[in-house]
Amino acid sequence: MSILDSKIPKGPLADKWTKHKNEINLVNPANKRLIDVIIVGTGLAGGSSAATLAELGYNVKAFCFQDSPRRAHSIAAQGGINAAKNYQGDGDSTYRLFYDTVKGGDYRSREANVHRLAEVSTNIIDQCVAQGVPFAREYGGLLDNRSFGGVLVSRTFYAKGQTGQQLLLGAYAAMNRQIGRGKIKMYTRHEMLDVVIVDGKARGIIARNLVTGEIERHSAHAVVLGTGGYGNAFYLSTYAMGSNVTAAWKAHKRGAFFANPCYTQIHPTCIPVSGDHQSKLTLMSESLRNDGRIWVPKHKKDVDAIRNGSLKPTDLAEADRDYYLERRYPAFGNLVPRDVASRAAKERCDAGYGVNKTGEAVYLDFASAIERYGKEQAYVKGLNVDDTKLVTDLGKKVVENKYGNLFQMYEKIVDQNPYETPMMIYPAVHYTMGGLWVDYNLMTTVPGLYAIGEANFSDHGANRLGASALMQGLADGYFVLPYTIGDYLAHDIRTGTIPTDTKEFDEAEENVRAGINKFINNEGTKSVDHFHKRLGKIMWNKCGMARNEKDLKEAISEIAQLREEFYKDVFVPGTENEYNEELAKAGRVADFLELGELFAKDALEREESAGGHFRDEYQTEGGEALRRPEFQYVSAWEYKGKPSEAIHHKEELKYENIEVKERSYK
Amino acid sequence: MMNLTLKIWRQKNASDKGQIVDYPLSGVSPDMSFLEMLDVLNQELIEKGEQPVAFDHDCREGICGTCSLYINGRAHGPETKITACQLHMRSFKDGDTIYIEPWRAEAFPVVKDLIVDRTSFDRIQQAGGFISVNTSGNTQDANAIPIEKENADKAFDAATCIGCGACVASCKNSSAMLFVSAKVSQFALLPQGQVEATDRVLNMVKQMDEEGFGNCTNTGACEVECPKGISLENIARMNREYLSASLKG
Repeated sequence: MSILDSKIPKGPLADKWTKHKNEINLVNPANKRLIDVIIVGTGLAGGSSAATLAELGYNVKAFCFQDSPRRAHSIAAQGGINAAKNYQGDGDSTYRLFYDTVKGGDYRSREANVHRLAEVSTNIIDQCVAQGVPFAREYGGLLDNRSFGGVLVSRTFYAKGQTGQQLLLGAYAAMNRQIGRGKIKMYTRHEMLDVVIVDGKARGIIARNLVTGEIERHSAHAVVLGTGGYGNAFYLSTYAMGSNVTAAWKAHKRGAFFANPCYTQIHPTCIPVSGDHQSKLTLMSESLRNDGRIWVPKHKKDVDAIRNGSLKPTDLAEADRDYYLERRYPAFGNLVPRDVASRAAKERCDAGYGVNKTGEAVYLDFASAIERYGKEQAYVKGLNVDDTKLVTDLGKKVVENKYGNLFQMYEKIVDQNPYETPMMIYPAVHYTMGGLWVDYNLMTTVPGLYAIGEANFSDHGANRLGASALMQGLADGYFVLPYTIGDYLAHDIRTGTIPTDTKEFDEAEENVRAGINKFINNEGTKSVDHFHKRLGKIMWNKCGMARNEKDLKEAISEIAQLREEFYKDVFVPGTENEYNEELAKAGRVADFLELGELFAKDALEREESAGGHFRDEYQTEGGEALRRPEFQYVSAWEYKGKPSEAIHHKEELKYENIEVKERSYK
Repeated sequence: MMNLTLKIWRQKNASDKGQIVDYPLSGVSPDMSFLEMLDVLNQELIEKGEQPVAFDHDCREGICGTCSLYINGRAHGPETKITACQLHMRSFKDGDTIYIEPWRAEAFPVVKDLIVDRTSFDRIQQAGGFISVNTSGNTQDANAIPIEKENADKAFDAATCIGCGACVASCKNSSAMLFVSAKVSQFALLPQGQVEATDRVLNMVKQMDEEGFGNCTNTGACEVECPKGISLENIARMNREYLSASLKG
C-alpha cells in the first residue's frame, strides 16, 4: 500500500468537485483575519491565489524575486488559454476538454484533477473578462477563438501573441487592489531559501532580500509555492533567466515528494541556437502551426545545397519537399501535439536533413498560407486572383494581422524576413510537467505546504497541450486552492500568530547562512555560468528528446561529479550583504545540480515512452512512443540526503472514465 | 567579430556617487543580443576576480519589461519598438564606443550599477489600476456584454505596456504620463471599467504626483522610445478622463 493518499473524493467523476466543495471545512470570515498565508511566486498561479485569498480575508504575504510581481514569467506565454465554452458551437464540452487533456498527457495524469480543471476552465474566462482582460474579439463584439495542437475544436481564447501578459496583468491588478487595502504584504526582490517546518507542518520560510542581502524570517499558518518549473536545468530554454527550482527543491529537501521529474516539454517551434554565447531560446508560438507548414528537403543533395547557400529554400520545387508531419500524421497534420512534433523534427535532423549549418533546424513555411489568404482576399475584393504579386501582397497583410508581432520578433533575432523565406525552427525546453507531488487539495506530502501551477505535477501527465498552462495556473489560483486550503486552515483558527523566535526558525536560518557563506568564502576559479552550461549540455544530450539506459546512467554519474567540482571550484565575487546576482545564481545552480541527477534517475526508472519522455528502447515499429501498462503510475521521490538515495514511491493511476488506448494522431 | 569600447555606469549602491568606467571588449559577434554581449563582459570580469556589472533582465524576449538600459543616450538603444534584450549587436559597428547608463529619474533611484528601483510604478497601480471584482464562480458569462471590436482593440493596444519605464527615462521632465494613461485608457475603453472610472483616474494621478514624476509638456519623446509603441492618444484620453472626473469629484 502506497503511503501516497491522493484524497480523490468518492462518487461519479462529474460530481466529485462539487461534492468535495460541499463537504470540506470552511473558515468563517472573522476567523480568516486571524490566519496568515505565505505565497511564493507571483505568476498566474501565485498571483491569482494571493489576490483571491486576500479577498476572502486571509492575511497574505507574497514573495517574488523579480522587481515587480507583474514580471513573473507567465508574462511570456504567447498563444492562449483553453476553456470549454463551446462559443464556436463545434462540439466542445467539459468532457472533451477533459478527454483531450488526459489523452494529450499520454494517460499519465489523474482523472479527477483533470476533470476539475476542465470544469473551472469556463469560470476563468468569465473572471478575466470581468477584470478587464482584453481578449481578442470578433466584429460582432463577442470573444474570438483559435485552435491549438492535439485537439479538433477551437477552444483557445487569446490576446494576440501576448495572452500570458494580459492574464498576468489581470491577476497583478487583482493583487494590487489587495495590496492597496493592506491585505497582501508584497515582498519584491526576495528569494525564498528554505521552508520552516514546526511539529511536522509548514509554518514559514526563510527569505533573502536580494537588494540588501538581509536574511529574513517569515511565519504563516500555511505556505503556498507557485514558483514555476525547472526547465532551466537545461541552461538553454525558453524560461526567463531567473526561473529556478530552488523553492521547490528546498521544499523537497524538507519532506515534499518530487513527482515525475523526467516529464519535460520540449516545444517544437523555437528559434535555433546560433552560437556559444546564447543565453536563452525564444519560442515561436504554437498558434503559428495553424497556418505554417513544416518541412525539410526530400533529398540530401538539396540539404547540402541549402546549407552551403547555393540553393534558396523558396526555389526548391514542391515535389522535392518533405512535409513530414502531414505525411506521417494526416489527421492532425501540422497540429499534432508538441511532443510528437518535436520528436519528428529530431528524427529528420538526426537523419541528416536539418537545414541550417548546425543541422538542427527545420522550416516553418507560410508561403501557402499567404497564397491561400491572398486569393481569398482578391476574390472578396473582386480582383484578379491570377496576379501572383497582388495575391502575395494581400496574403502577407492577412498573415501580418494574425502573427505580426511574432514575425517581427523572429526578424529581430535571426535577421531574416519570414514573409519572404521560411522560418527556421528547432525544439527547445519549454515547460516541465513534473513537479512537487500534491493531493487533490494541492497539498504536498508536507502538511500545510501547497504547490500550484507549473510547480506541481498534477494535471498534464507526460505531455501538456498548448494553451493549458495558463488554464491550470489560473484554475489552481482562482478556483481550487482558495477552497481546499480552508479545509486545512479550519484547524488553525485558535493557533495564533506563529512565532519566529523558535529553534526551528533558528535551524533553518543557520542552514541558509551556512550555504551562503560557503559560496562567498569558496576559493574557486570558475564562474557559476561555467557549471550551469556544462550541466545544460549533459541534460540536453543525455536527458533530452530521446533517452536510453546507457546515456542516463552516464548522466547520473556525470552530474554527481560536476556537483562535486562545482562546490570545490565555483567562484562567487562580492559579499553576502549587497545586491549580488552571482550569489543568487550559485544557489539556484546548486539546486539544479541535485535536481538534474534525480531527473535522470527518474527517466532511467521509467522503462517506457510516454509523452515528453521518450526512451529509445521503447518505441513502436513506426517510431512512436510505446507506453507500457506496468508503468501506469506517478513516480514520487522522497529525499534522503542525496538524489542517488531518493526513495521511489508510486501512486497508481486509475482510469475509470476513459479507456486507455494507443495515443494516435494519424 | 567586433571590438568595442564600453563606457558603463558603475555605482555600488543607492548612496554611492557613481561614475562611468571604460571597458574594452573584443570578439563580439553580431548575432549576440546586447545583453549577451554584457554577459561576455561579466564573465571576463568574474574571471579576473572583479565585480560583474549589475543590470536588470529576465525574460530576454521583450515582454517582462525588466531590462532598462539607456544606450548611447536612448532608452533600449538605437532601434525602435524593441527592448534592450531584443537589440542585437548587428546594430553596432566594429570600433564603436557604447555608453550604457541606468534610467535617470528621481522616482527611479539607482539600486546598483544599471539597476533602478521602479516600485513607484507598482504603487501607482495599487492606487487604482484595477477593476474591483472579487473572484467567484458566479461572474456573468464572458460573452454577456459584447464589446465593439474597435474599442476592444484599442484597450488591448493600451494594455500592451510592459511597465519598463522607458517613457520616464526618455522624458526631459521624467513624466510617467504615458505609463499611467495606458492603464487608465485600457479600463476607460471597456464597459467593465466605467463604474470606477472617476476614482481610478484621480487616485492614480495623485499617486503619480506623490512619487515625484514630472509634468507632461507634450514633447512626445515617450511615444518614440516606447518599445510597445503605446500611443500619445492615451495621454489625451487620460486628460479628458481627469478633467471630467475633477468636475464630478
